[in-house]
Amino acid sequence: MATLLEMRAISKTFPGVRALDHVDLTVEEGEIHAICGENGAGKSTLMKVLSGVYPHGTYEGDIVYAGEPLSLRGIRDSEHHGIIIIHQELALVPLLSIAENLFLGNEVASRGVIDWRKAFRRTRELLAKVGLNEPPGTQVGKLGVGKQQLIEIAKALAKDVRLLILDEPTAALQENDSQKLLDLMLELKAQGVTQIIISHKLNEIGRIADRITVIRDGATVSTIARHEISEDRIIRDMVGRDMAHRYPDRVPNPGEVLLEVQGWNVWHPEQKDRQVIRDAGFTVRKGEIVGIAGLMGTGRTELAMSLFGRSYGQGHRGTVRMNGRPVDVSTVAKAVAAGLSYVTEDRKALGLILEEPILKNISLANLAGVALRGVLDKRREARVAEDYRKALAIRTPGVQQKVVNLSGGNQQKVVLSKWLFTDPQVLILDEPTRGIDVGAKYEIYTIMNDLAAQGRGIVMISSEMPELLGMCDRIYVMNEGRIVGELSRDAATQEKIMAMILKTTGNGTGQPGGRAA
Amino acid sequence: MAGEKGLSAHLGGHLRENGMLVALVAIVAFFTVILQFQAQPVNFLKAQNITNVFLQNGHVIILALGMLLVIVAGHIDLSVGSVAAFTGAVSAWLTVSMGLPFWLVIPLTLIVGGLIGAMQGYWIAYWRIPSFIVTLAGMMVFRGATMWLLGGQNIGPFPREFQAMSNGFIPDLTGIGRPHGLTLILVALAVGLLVWSGLRSRRSDAAFGVTPEPMGFFVGRLVILAAAITFVGYQLASFRGLPNVMVVLVLLTLIYAFFTENTVTGRRIYALGGNEKAARLSGIRTERLVFLTFVNMGALAALAGMIVTARLNSATPKAGTGFELDAIASVFIGGASMAGGSGKIVGVVVGALIMGVMNMGMSILGIGIDYQQMIKGLVLLVAVIFDVYNKSK
Repeated sequence: MATLLEMRAISKTFPGVRALDHVDLTVEEGEIHAICGENGAGKSTLMKVLSGVYPHGTYEGDIVYAGEPLSLRGIRDSEHHGIIIIHQELALVPLLSIAENLFLGNEVASRGVIDWRKAFRRTRELLAKVGLNEPPGTQVGKLGVGKQQLIEIAKALAKDVRLLILDEPTAALQENDSQKLLDLMLELKAQGVTQIIISHKLNEIGRIADRITVIRDGATVSTIARHEISEDRIIRDMVGRDMAHRYPDRVPNPGEVLLEVQGWNVWHPEQKDRQVIRDAGFTVRKGEIVGIAGLMGTGRTELAMSLFGRSYGQGHRGTVRMNGRPVDVSTVAKAVAAGLSYVTEDRKALGLILEEPILKNISLANLAGVALRGVLDKRREARVAEDYRKALAIRTPGVQQKVVNLSGGNQQKVVLSKWLFTDPQVLILDEPTRGIDVGAKYEIYTIMNDLAAQGRGIVMISSEMPELLGMCDRIYVMNEGRIVGELSRDAATQEKIMAMILKTTGNGTGQPGGRAA
Repeated sequence: MAGEKGLSAHLGGHLRENGMLVALVAIVAFFTVILQFQAQPVNFLKAQNITNVFLQNGHVIILALGMLLVIVAGHIDLSVGSVAAFTGAVSAWLTVSMGLPFWLVIPLTLIVGGLIGAMQGYWIAYWRIPSFIVTLAGMMVFRGATMWLLGGQNIGPFPREFQAMSNGFIPDLTGIGRPHGLTLILVALAVGLLVWSGLRSRRSDAAFGVTPEPMGFFVGRLVILAAAITFVGYQLASFRGLPNVMVVLVLLTLIYAFFTENTVTGRRIYALGGNEKAARLSGIRTERLVFLTFVNMGALAALAGMIVTARLNSATPKAGTGFELDAIASVFIGGASMAGGSGKIVGVVVGALIMGVMNMGMSILGIGIDYQQMIKGLVLLVAVIFDVYNKSK
């Protein structure tokens, strides 16, 4: 096999930070090469160098591509060479059609007039290649994230891709969409497209990657060949130490029942007759960590948000008890007063005010706690933030730092601090470790254990089953808007959870999107 | 800590805040110098001019205070000029046609303004109709309503008490006469307050873990501000004393500065503009907040409308044309962001004063209205470019 790409001793410095420090990367023709590393290790920077976002001259080192030195002036230049990057944030225009998106900037046109017949024909060909069966005129915004991801790949194929770079392509996808995408990657490989994938999901990498390059602190640590790949090895290289325990130890000590939800029903916010949550019920005890497993789109987030001040849906029905007494959770303020907190899965869009400093974010849900008769006590506010900074080890020069400048793990700690300051009895954590690196995950787990030890009840929603199995005392399994099963810590396995989901799929009164019988 | 690095870092971080103040001082200095070298030298800083800057731009500052809240909340209000005209007409009708006394007319008109704000805010907050559209409609509706109420004519004149709202000066309770004793006392109080609050916030900065600004910088800024206040105050005292409008302006500025920076409700408006969804999930009733922001804007528009009507001594169908643009420009020159969530009261007042000083200076210089408009437009553009450039660094 010939070498397609060789990046030699790439160094890139930003003001005050050395993001890349002599990174080497060799990619063989026709392979799938994975790049692993913690957040901030320099993966994305390296790919931006490769795709011309940082043009030649703004970095040190050499790139040899297809046997020739490569000096890129910009992204168009790299696309000209067949190097195409698909970013984590999809670059599609939601209001335009599939066909319009596929040829955006690359229109099928003669003298500025688009040939729609040809464009649609080519769109159908490309969609067939990525296994997507949608009319070319469909608005992209109406498709799910999984399908949008496939369109991104079709867009790359439209440009005669030779080296395809995928930056965390499955981060926002649910299980079966991820599988489809990985299958497609293998198929493209068979067709001779060389691919680089950046991913946090070690099981996926293990499945498709031929080789893995691990980057830590802006330098190459190792390149692992296929037969040497193991999750432990990757993690060790990523964090620079053995992670014998991925989950901190804890002795569960559940007390009496804290939160009890019974017969909870919720309908879709826009479509009155579409029931999203069906007759859901669960309990959380003091000092207990309870998991909610399920595929994406089965209503886990909707369940949590509808309980939290009816932040989702309409027509809410059912009872919520706290310490045995029914409580009113009809507004966020009332839910908070009842002792409930919800830590969102989408901290940037729903959890934080990115342009504001840490201290203002922490006080936001409990301004009364830092005010007297409506007037803020800023000293107290700063002291509170400082206390949480220390308690949760938020790594920042100071609490005046804007949260936009923090890493994912530290941002998550700020959101946690905000809700801890409301002194909740029950915390619902929705994907608390999404998008944060291995080291920070461990810290979040430790914080969760500490909170449980304080006698708080914790509900953990997660798409990563190993995480649920490692952390939870009990796991509820959700499918199609219902809670379809409950497993104790000892009884729970990935297989049993999957079996519960598969057995209950389609045999209820319909899918969550369907009509009640 | 207060080494080289501290100074430059501080300058960098507060460039925007101090930048507009520096620009205001520079613009004043520019006109002062250039008017000295005219064929017939004019003293730009004479008491009458200083008084006039506040008299002629008071309404812009008042509107801009409310507009800042609207813009911070992530909205816009295009109707304030028409609402000011309409409420001015209402006050004229109540006073001249109904013969009501001014102490009844003022609160009634403020209530009318608040109700107009509530009407518009209701659709914006609870029905989620874009504020641009609702207030564009309001702009037309209330312009028409003004013409209808006035029957296409001017209503006036007003009794002295009503006119005093904008043409009057505070009485000299000390009986000194000239210089105006009470004005001097108030100026001394203001300087004292400035020093006290400066020291206080410096102390609390340390408690917040904020690196305090370098001592030299702090003292320098305080001395310049105190000198400016003293100078303006003395000039006013040697003329006719403190104008009533200025008392209203200073009070409103202090109240709104305190409200935005130190109250729970103020903070929530910034949170709402910064990230509405996060604010709502944090238990903040965002709809109500938007609604109240527009009620407030309506009441302030009514106040501005009365002040303008009192100054002109008549309500006219054409009053208030373009006020909304002056107010919006002041807010953006003052450093607020179009996206919402940021902006300061002090910045807005400085922004309005920059516009006002330029209006006056250019008029004295005899620059035509055509060039004035172009120059003001460019100043707005440059201020915002400066802002964006600063943030991108």
